Amino acid sequence: MGQTIVEKIFSKKCGKAIWSGEVVMTPVDGAMIHDITGPLAIQKFYEMGGTKVFDPKRIIMLFDHQIPADSIEAASNHIYMRQFALEQDIHNYDINEGVCHQVVLEKGRAAPGEIVVGADSHTCMYGAVGAFATGIGSTDMGFVLKFGALYFKVPEAIRAEVSGTFPARVGAKDLILAIAADIGADGATYKAIEFCGDAIARMEIPGRMTCCNMAIEMGAKAGIVAPDTITWDYMKKRRKMSPFIIESDSDAKFAETRSYDVSDLEPQVAIPHNVDKGVPVSKVAGTHVDQVFIGSCTNGRFEDLAEAAEVLGKKKFAPSLRVIVIPASRDEYLKALDAGLIKQFVKAGALVEAPCCGPCMGGAFGLLAPGEVSLSTSNRNFKGRQGSTEAQVYLCSPATAAASAMTGEITDPREV
Amino acid sequence: MMRVWKFGDDIDTDAIIPGRFLTIYDPRELAKHAFEGTRDEFGREATGGDVIVAGRNFGCGSSREHAPLALKGAGVTVVVARSFARIFFRNAVNVGLLPVVCTDTDRIADGAQVTVNTKEHYIKADGKKFPIEPVPEFMQGIVDAGGLVEYAKQQKEVPICTKSRR
Repeated sequence: MGQTIVEKIFSKKCGKAIWSGEVVMTPVDGAMIHDITGPLAIQKFYEMGGTKVFDPKRIIMLFDHQIPADSIEAASNHIYMRQFALEQDIHNYDINEGVCHQVVLEKGRAAPGEIVVGADSHTCMYGAVGAFATGIGSTDMGFVLKFGALYFKVPEAIRAEVSGTFPARVGAKDLILAIAADIGADGATYKAIEFCGDAIARMEIPGRMTCCNMAIEMGAKAGIVAPDTITWDYMKKRRKMSPFIIESDSDAKFAETRSYDVSDLEPQVAIPHNVDKGVPVSKVAGTHVDQVFIGSCTNGRFEDLAEAAEVLGKKKFAPSLRVIVIPASRDEYLKALDAGLIKQFVKAGALVEAPCCGPCMGGAFGLLAPGEVSLSTSNRNFKGRQGSTEAQVYLCSPATAAASAMTGEITDPREV
Repeated sequence: MMRVWKFGDDIDTDAIIPGRFLTIYDPRELAKHAFEGTRDEFGREATGGDVIVAGRNFGCGSSREHAPLALKGAGVTVVVARSFARIFFRNAVNVGLLPVVCTDTDRIADGAQVTVNTKEHYIKADGKKFPIEPVPEFMQGIVDAGGLVEYAKQQKEVPICTKSRR
């Protein structure tokens, strides 16, 4: 019987055939910690009797959730982590580079066939380059820091086969919101989602990142796209390694296969308060919006900002709302600057902030008051996610966010 | 006898502990803000031994370990749900908060007087018994060791990929 790409990654790592359902103590190729979950992971590492981390070169440390420090507590947590980095000889990107998941990928710290863990649920994003990557808690991360390995229950996979060509101003975010609505908030719990099909084969890495990033919103342990020429081209500038093939066998056993066709896909909006409540934009068009956020690990890349800018053109954002734009990383920020996008957004009335998680995590800034409505390109619309539990968060693509920011209400990007 | 705090489906970790409290790591401090804005009385009134009973997908969302810590800080030692989100389930086990699966949670009322018997695998709420599923075996090993920290303390090395404990 053939294997899924996930089973192959574990088999390769363990040096023997591993099948879904098996529980294996597996070494990891990388481990990411940030300012929210890192301090507790370090504390657990010490409590476990840790003195030296398993391999400082495999640990990725950065701060992105509360930067620049938004409270004395956050500043103190940053110091605690900086000291740990110094003591353990870990390279710390500190507050300088951007949102963790974007930075891991653009610095080449995750690669095809690797197993990477992160103390953040959206770690599954690294599947965009064919890595098996999953989010873990701080205690598990403390264990990883000490031993460089972790117990994994090797997940079964759901095959999401995506065909067709996206209509104009419809893209990866609309697709993944539609998939989440189909599979449901817990439909992929303890499973991996493998994205494949001709639409994925044509999709560039940023779109694949958006899809894999949101695998967790269906409860998935990982999202993954088998590496292809697009992947190896992306890796070329980031990591010295020779391309190889790792993909699911044609006779691999999947938990299920679901097919999607994007040819007629409408822009999607996830309505409050669950990510799987995706509906076509037409169903909620006209909904008043107080704040638009374009950014996050899900949709803060240059391509996302360009998608928003294309819709915006030379027009202005509606004066009735606040528009917050945050590039996902320093690199993406520079690309947007060079292309004139930042100027375009600022001129149109947006507030552009330095790379960080921003309003997505509801702890730093850009919080909502009771009764307010946010339209956001981020990944979660849970009650209270961006501030008051009496506020409402809608999720959408950068194109829909831009169109809505221009009118002050949820708007189909194909109609502006 | 302790009471049931009843919740619905898809209770996410933002509801359990909102993002603005994530600079806190002390379970007792976190507990003061547990379910803040969602169910404010929980932080004030929950006491040692109370049990959370919920529907599907409890603990979905963020990997923040602050969530099981906040519940533990409030004195809760067991969460009973129809199903759990993966990361929360594992975090709960790791910090010593027992996640228990029960398919009958819709028949258990808020405020019910409750006991959980993990040895004989049942929950008793207002006099009625409902079966609960045993914790998966490899997780039980961690629970038996007294949590992952205790387990890890006992190990100099770990058995990498050499055996699978089903």
